[in-house]
Amino acid sequence: MFKDIAFGQYYPVDSVIHRLDARIKLVLTVMFVVAIFFVNTYFGFMLTAAFLLLVILLARLPMLSVLKSVRAVLFIVVFAAVINLFMINEGTVLWSWKSLHITDTAVHTTIKMTLRLVLLISGASLLSLTTTPVEISDGMESLMKPLKFIKVPVHDIAMIMSIALRFIPTLFEETGKIVSAQKARGASFDTGGLIARAKALLPVLIPLFVNSFRRADELAFAMDARCYNATDKRTKMKVMKLRVADVIAFFVVTAFFVAILLDRYYFVGALDKLMFGGLV
Amino acid sequence: MSAISIKNLTYVYSKKTPYEKKALDNVSLQIEEGEFVGLVGATGSGKSTLIQHFNGLIRKQEGEVVVDGLDASKKKSLKNLRFRVGMVFQYPEYQLFEDTVAKDVAFGPKNMKLPKDEIDRRVRRAMEVVGLPYDEFAGRSPFELSGGEKRRAAIAGVIAMEPRILVLDEPVAGLDPAGRREILELILKLKAEVSPTVVMVSHYMDDLAETASRIVALKDGRIVADGTPEEVFGDREKAAEAGLDLPTAAKIVDALAARGISLEKTVVTRRALVNGLVKYRKDKSDGNTKAGDENV
Repeated sequence: MFKDIAFGQYYPVDSVIHRLDARIKLVLTVMFVVAIFFVNTYFGFMLTAAFLLLVILLARLPMLSVLKSVRAVLFIVVFAAVINLFMINEGTVLWSWKSLHITDTAVHTTIKMTLRLVLLISGASLLSLTTTPVEISDGMESLMKPLKFIKVPVHDIAMIMSIALRFIPTLFEETGKIVSAQKARGASFDTGGLIARAKALLPVLIPLFVNSFRRADELAFAMDARCYNATDKRTKMKVMKLRVADVIAFFVVTAFFVAILLDRYYFVGALDKLMFGGLV
Repeated sequence: MSAISIKNLTYVYSKKTPYEKKALDNVSLQIEEGEFVGLVGATGSGKSTLIQHFNGLIRKQEGEVVVDGLDASKKKSLKNLRFRVGMVFQYPEYQLFEDTVAKDVAFGPKNMKLPKDEIDRRVRRAMEVVGLPYDEFAGRSPFELSGGEKRRAAIAGVIAMEPRILVLDEPVAGLDPAGRREILELILKLKAEVSPTVVMVSHYMDDLAETASRIVALKDGRIVADGTPEEVFGDREKAAEAGLDLPTAAKIVDALAARGISLEKTVVTRRALVNGLVKYRKDKSDGNTKAGDENV
């Protein structure tokens, strides 16, 4: 029951995308996410999808691994789509039954919003699929460096983050073990009403919490024993360096961003009319 | 009817991903009622995967698993199966969760939907058997017990279901020698009093040689040795091939052989070693007297 939660788990292959600098990937992911909110034409969505496809191919990821991340939020996507479809009342009515109406504007908005969500999740999951958690938190730390001037403990935050990330798989494994052990004693997690199910989780959650505290305690001891302290003078084992590929990646994503902006503010949907004619 | 009957079982983790791993490869195994099976093998050899098939925690992919007459692949028989196969996981003390020992031990019997007085009877019995007197420990929190007591409380939680088959995954891991002996004695007691069939995973060859009636060795998901401890450890070449460490007694036999004192290779327990040495000395002194007689 806990198996499929591994959202965008790192997919270990060697590719151009995997080798990109984590900082660049973080910045570009943010750029991509912002760009998606500017898309509002079908042409724009096609462009985004094509761009994503290109990245997936370059990263040598199987389509399935990307779609899995979408599956994790499928419920939200479907829920939002249904609400949108029936709640928007502008435009010409295409279908109605009692007090429910579907208008053409609603159909278009729903399709666009669904596309936007799916592309957004796929794009964001590419980051975690191609970058190890350690690289991500190192990249974050590096990007947050300017905050040091306003006395933000950047290193500590990064350390907390990497420890948290590091222990996610451990906790999942541990949860699996405890679930198995309680199942072996006849516990069932998928029968009964809501309250019964919530109660059934107690035999899992209590040991999980107890063990987490124990583990945190042990880790703190181990770090202390090695004289860990978060001073400014710590050096990195892997020093991050920008390479040509990183610069190229930056320009490609910038070009994509500009194309999206042009489509929205310069062509204003003209390309849609050109491609789909009367449909839009 | 065998207690556990496994035929051509194959199991692959994370099929069709880069993490794919074949944990079991065409394993067949019959375990009869009353046997004490020691399951050995290096980390990742498939031991844990195999034992989790016994009570349907892992659903079989290929092959056949029949336990105590129940088909483990049928969803309907799963619950029943779990009550008949008591499974004690590694470090079972990390699964305690209730605020008193008695409540925690009662978790299994409660899930079996037994009447209240039967639950009480089983909780009392289980706690007495594992050596946690009911009157002293029932009301205490499992989190304030000592390490060994916690482990025994957790084992009590499993045997309170009075399973026909008891499966233990490294029950002595992380215990000191005294604690280890206590748990082993407890397991033998449980076999005699509660669960006639026992399967124990362990890395301690000494423990297995002393307690198990049969050793099954796994390597890379295949069974590479199967027989009594004397047979398995007695065949040194096969044992080495299976990647098995030898029990101390067998190591001493080999060391003695290097010094010219030859004992049976099937000596694998302390008792057999002592008997063998006594016999050796007796034979030798008999021989000496004989030789002396000739001299006179």
